[in-house]
Amino acid sequence: MKDVIVLSKNGLYCPAGDFYIDPWKPIETSFITHAHSDHARSGAQKYYTSLRGLSLFKHRLKGYANAQDAVGVPFGKKIKINEAWVSFHSAGHILGSAQLRVEVKNKVWVASGDYKRTPDPSCDPFEVVRCDAFISEATFALPIYQWESGEVTAQKIKDWWHSDRSRPSILFCYSLGKAQRVLAELKKISDETVYLHGAAVGLTDIYRAEGIDMLQTLPVSEVPKDFDFAGCLILAPPSAHRSSWMKRFKEPQTAFGSGWMQVRGARRRGGYEKGFILSDHADWNELIQTIDETGAQKIILTHGREDVLARVLREKGLEVAHFTTEYSDEEIG
Amino acid sequence: MKAFVKLFEDLDSTTSTLEKVSALKLYFSKTSHSDSMWAVLLLTGKLSKRVLTSRNLRDLFLIATKYPEWLLEECASQVGDTAETLSLLAQSLNLSRTFSIHSSSEEFNLSQWMDLRIPELAVIDDQEEQARILISWWKTLLSSEIFILNKLMTGAFRVGVSEKLVIRALSEHFEIPSDQVAHRLIGIKKAGAENFTKLISKDFVEVSFSQPYPFCLAHSFSDRTNLDFKPEDWCIEWKYDGIRAQVIKRNQQVWIWSRGEEDITAGFPDLAEAFKDLPEGSVIDGEILVLKNGEIQLFQDLQKRLGRKKPSAAILKTHPAGFVGYDCLEFNGVDRRQESLRARRDYLKKIISNLSLSQIKISEEQTVTGLDQLESLRSEARNHQAEGLMIKGWDSIYTVGRKTGSWWKHKVDPLSLDAVLLYAQAGTGRRANLYTDYTFALWDNDPDGGDKKLVTFAKAYSGLDQNEINKLDHWIRRNTKEKFGPVRSLEPEHVFEIAFEGISKSDRHKSGIAVRFPRILRWRHDKKVEDADTLQTALALLKSQEILS
Ligand SMILES: [Zn+2]
Repeated sequence: MKDVIVLSKNGLYCPAGDFYIDPWKPIETSFITHAHSDHARSGAQKYYTSLRGLSLFKHRLKGYANAQDAVGVPFGKKIKINEAWVSFHSAGHILGSAQLRVEVKNKVWVASGDYKRTPDPSCDPFEVVRCDAFISEATFALPIYQWESGEVTAQKIKDWWHSDRSRPSILFCYSLGKAQRVLAELKKISDETVYLHGAAVGLTDIYRAEGIDMLQTLPVSEVPKDFDFAGCLILAPPSAHRSSWMKRFKEPQTAFGSGWMQVRGARRRGGYEKGFILSDHADWNELIQTIDETGAQKIILTHGREDVLARVLREKGLEVAHFTTEYSDEEIG
Repeated sequence: MKAFVKLFEDLDSTTSTLEKVSALKLYFSKTSHSDSMWAVLLLTGKLSKRVLTSRNLRDLFLIATKYPEWLLEECASQVGDTAETLSLLAQSLNLSRTFSIHSSSEEFNLSQWMDLRIPELAVIDDQEEQARILISWWKTLLSSEIFILNKLMTGAFRVGVSEKLVIRALSEHFEIPSDQVAHRLIGIKKAGAENFTKLISKDFVEVSFSQPYPFCLAHSFSDRTNLDFKPEDWCIEWKYDGIRAQVIKRNQQVWIWSRGEEDITAGFPDLAEAFKDLPEGSVIDGEILVLKNGEIQLFQDLQKRLGRKKPSAAILKTHPAGFVGYDCLEFNGVDRRQESLRARRDYLKKIISNLSLSQIKISEEQTVTGLDQLESLRSEARNHQAEGLMIKGWDSIYTVGRKTGSWWKHKVDPLSLDAVLLYAQAGTGRRANLYTDYTFALWDNDPDGGDKKLVTFAKAYSGLDQNEINKLDHWIRRNTKEKFGPVRSLEPEHVFEIAFEGISKSDRHKSGIAVRFPRILRWRHDKKVEDADTLQTALALLKSQEILS
């Protein structure tokens, strides 16, 4: 039997449907799992994405006409592309993120993109899709990575922010997904206004338009010049750390929200005073659990610590292959 | 233990001294004396309870969980620390308590862990039983608490706080002078609430016989308010560039203590031997130097002796330690600190002249007729391998710390070179948004007449005021050539005068020289890059120093 999805030089490719999935060099028809920049790139003739993620996708590829004509497909709806039946299923990674289920002649393959299982009020939960072959990320595929619940992290963020109200508190986290997750989690325990770096403003508006309940926000750029940020929480992308943008804030306390913060050495090397464990990827136990629940006998690993995960899966008797992709090992915003 | 873990996390997540001190004070205000005593001993690294090696800990984990060893190794190599790896795996394997926002579980305090539980684990012979107990402990703890427990069991607990800060926090919180806390802390070798009570007591507590007196420190001569100078009132001596120390002879034993109040006897067996005939009941204050054939050697030579717990026979021979006595604090077993310096110098001469050894000297008293002569004497300091003068009132008592105006230090002006700013790096903590760490370069002339090029020679962090830092930061952001991680290379444009205390040869530096205590003296707006000093000038400074020594 032929493989439903193969690795080509441009990206993951489905020969029976003649389309690509999250290609890094888009040319023809492309199915996009989610709007992060390493998965959604410009250059394709025709785009399909989940209906839930359509506005985010268009926003990210603002200047690209073909992207503005992208087709938004509701979760679970099967469409036929040449010889393949294709449907989007929620991946729980960021708003609108999807796994792609591809069925060709009774064989079901799932390309999961990025995913997580930890509950997140800013996006739909992960849906388990039974399949023959499952393509999985492996970003945090080491048993040391284990996330706490978003409520616990949000409480820790709030405690840190409120611990010194004489200084501004800047939390660095990626602008698409994490910033909105923090705002949605904090909404349950706070009613203060949070200030946003420009990079997160448009994206947060889209989340709001999609009905995600979040704390009130104000762009830093729209605040009067002499405004004192002492005691305020500010969200900014990591690229703003140590940039001149920070000069606006007097003696800020800084923290970084990322799965990598689980390890103390990583926190120190980043030069942040404080680290919060905040990830939009699956932790080790979530990866194992998910692979188990799909019932797939063939597992294809993409980016991350696939060497370790592959060995564990093989010891469980599964067939494991590897796709070298151009998706980022980092958590990208 | 929760309180101690919280303290650790607070200390670990800030670089601000003020915040560290307030975290410590908060801890002391909430914790029992027995826990506080343990915390002080652990934070200052004075005492640990190492019952397991990290290898043992890892083996116990493997026995208890039958976890694949290769997977543990993969994790450990990512984390880089066994105690931390195991605390994370405990969480992943559901062998730890899970964090809930409103959790209150029964818990053992720090001293229960240190005095009872951890030592009990050590006496169990059966590994399986040890492993079982270890896991049963983990199950009652959060992952962050398991990390600390693992560190305590392996005796590897460390956190970024200095002994000085711990002393400062104790002193501020319990309102006792910090030198008194420092003095008492030297004598504490064991845990226990009674020791903490002694540490913070407002009464004078008798000290143990191995302990030094708190060192008397001097103010800078330029800070004095009374400008009268009657030469006959002052004892003038060279200020040597070694390490201040007290030598104690009590109970037929010699101890040597550094000014950092560290017992350095083991590091200086040659000195301890030289002092073995010091009369019983003596304490003298002076300077340790490397003294070879009666000549004082450079500080770099002394550095080879510092930090060695046990010096080799070879280094004892090539770098013999010597001692220049300044003062006598105890004579015939009686504390003489309230007597005059004149009287104390007499005691010093009495006990040291009896020794008559080549490695032990008494500082020479210099005579001057007035301030002018004092200044010209000071300018000769380097010729005498000294960094300046000490000027002490003949009638002065030996006070605790840096108190009265009767002890002055008068250092020679620092060496300095004009150098070009070449790299900048952002500071840490509150200064993370400003470029405050600078690297400076000198010109290296090509002897064959080729182009001269800039060679880095020193890093400096201090010396500019806030206004200059801001100005420079602004310029750096606009004149960056390249970024290497946190470091930016800059257009050579600004010249700074860099002061330093000493200069020596170094193979580790590209320039071939190393300078001590470099700092920025001033921003030389008046100088162009071409006017900066050369490596050859620096080498000439180095040579002149070598000739003198
Ligand atoms: Zn993603």
